[in-house]
Amino acid sequence: MLWETVRLAVQAIFRNGLRSFLTVLGIVIGVGAVIAMVTVGQGSTEQVTSDVEKLGSNMLMVLPGQDAMEGGALGSPPPMFSTRMNDLLEEQMPIIDVSAPMSTTRGRVIFGNENRRTDVIGTDNRYFTAARWELARGRLFDATELKSGKAVCVIGESVRKQLFGSSDPIGEEVRIKTLSCEIIGLTRSKGASTFGSDQDDFIIMPLRTFQGRIAGNTDVNLMIVAVRQGVDTDRAKAEIEAAMRDLRRIGAGEEDDFTVMDMKQLATMLSGITDILTGLLSAVAAVSLLVGGIGIMNIMLVSVTERTREIGIRLAIGAQARQVLLQFLVEAIILSLFGGLIGIAVGLGFGLLGAHLLAIPFRPDPGIILLAFGFSAAIGMIFGYFPARRAARLNPIDALRHE
Amino acid sequence: MTEPQGAAPLIRLRGISRVYGHGDAEVRALDGIDLDVETGEFVAIMGPSGSGKSTAMNVIGCLDAPTAGTYHFSGVEVAGLSRDQRALLRRHYLGFIFQGYNLLPRTSALHNVELPLIYKGLPRATRHALASQALARVGLAERAHHDPSELSGGQQQRVAIARALAGNPQVILADEPTGNLDTHLSAEIMEVLGDLNRNDGLTIVMVTHEADMAAYAKRLIWMVDGRIESDRPTDRAA
Repeated sequence: MLWETVRLAVQAIFRNGLRSFLTVLGIVIGVGAVIAMVTVGQGSTEQVTSDVEKLGSNMLMVLPGQDAMEGGALGSPPPMFSTRMNDLLEEQMPIIDVSAPMSTTRGRVIFGNENRRTDVIGTDNRYFTAARWELARGRLFDATELKSGKAVCVIGESVRKQLFGSSDPIGEEVRIKTLSCEIIGLTRSKGASTFGSDQDDFIIMPLRTFQGRIAGNTDVNLMIVAVRQGVDTDRAKAEIEAAMRDLRRIGAGEEDDFTVMDMKQLATMLSGITDILTGLLSAVAAVSLLVGGIGIMNIMLVSVTERTREIGIRLAIGAQARQVLLQFLVEAIILSLFGGLIGIAVGLGFGLLGAHLLAIPFRPDPGIILLAFGFSAAIGMIFGYFPARRAARLNPIDALRHE
Repeated sequence: MTEPQGAAPLIRLRGISRVYGHGDAEVRALDGIDLDVETGEFVAIMGPSGSGKSTAMNVIGCLDAPTAGTYHFSGVEVAGLSRDQRALLRRHYLGFIFQGYNLLPRTSALHNVELPLIYKGLPRATRHALASQALARVGLAERAHHDPSELSGGQQQRVAIARALAGNPQVILADEPTGNLDTHLSAEIMEVLGDLNRNDGLTIVMVTHEADMAAYAKRLIWMVDGRIESDRPTDRAA
């Protein structure tokens, strides 16, 4: 009996194929939006996590000033760090594996007719260890180059691609401001990060070279610290903060004039943005599902009116009210489920597209897909009940006379 | 619901009234009808429009509940049954034929005939067999897979008869079965009904306004103003 009801419902739905499709469009859009968002959201969360993994979950960043993420405090700029401070920190603290002093700016790199704005970084070989960069070609800096501040540099894959295309960059000279710099190495590509920022877009030179020829000062404005394996990040953070207060001679009760940030914090912050976006779009999807449900109710009411005579026939030959109710309810549920299924397919399609465009992994969530399926059935049940009850309550005599 | 028993007349109406509306707007469609129909009878109900013959048909067919009076079907009181109980009664003991055929559109003849069997909860194979048998009985075996729109009016009405037959009912109730058909096809349908009555012993109650059609029945009831005015055997009764 139930199987017959289902078969009948499917027949009725396909008898008005186009109408049925338009009816469930709201459900399709709602479910599709949720599935696509969650798929992309999960992919990007996973990407953030793996990015952090790549950077090293044992990596900390030390920046001058407070609230570094908010773009600097008002008033006088915070005091910078120095190479000496970095080296002292590294020496004093056994939990630190390696600490790299850095100074960075944005600048234009020129080679022949090509040029590119990129991150210009001054540091030493410790940076490659701390930030887990490997060389694809060439070599790192040697001791003389570091000490005397020679004009040599290592470039990222994106810079190489734009300036050199298919030719070999090693040994070529590029120009940054007034500095002419020989390329000695090329890093292995890490690809785009979660939010599309290009991680391979940089040029690295010895810190001395950067300070003398680019910045014109002896500042260090960032330290990248790699903590030893097995050391708890929170503990490391606290210890480094204490050591930095000591080095900077900050008295008790005075505020830090630096920030120690771990990659987990960064990841949490980035994931937070994804969560907000997912939430907003889910709200839009909910409205769409509500509208979709009303659409189904509307078309089921039309269907009941159109098929009044059929209902009369069924009642006359012995259908009970609940059997008619079930028939229309099942029809509404199946209609809604079709919408849900199409929505899931569309959502996964857009999720796949989004994953491809954002260069993040495609991670469909079986839980959400099941939930969407169940939710579609629930919408059919809720919005199909009223029309179905109306059908079940028809008087067979009147229904048979209906034109 | 208890099983109907054999001894009593198949249909026994006593003082059946059906009143619509209240107060001044009150309409007595049926006004205290007494009627017995025995198994194997072929009864025609005639009368001017508004005489209550359709209402009588609806009450006998358990599509409508009487306002007053008692209705025993095979000895069981059914006047006070609920909607769903009446549906069960129709499902198991009654077969309907309507003026407008009332077949499901875009549904094959076979599937139309199967419809009451689905509600009886019979398995698919049994349904097919019984429906095919019923279609063969009305001479439409080779039209089983045609939609109603591909059949003539007479053929459609024969499908409707097959549908009424398929459930193996105790009574067939026909409401103006030839109302939409020309004289030739009407005669054809009446022959089918007459044959079912004679050879299969099926009880038939038919409402008609055509004397020619009523002549196929064995007993003629004439109604006026919600009352039975005359009740006599026809020439065929012999």
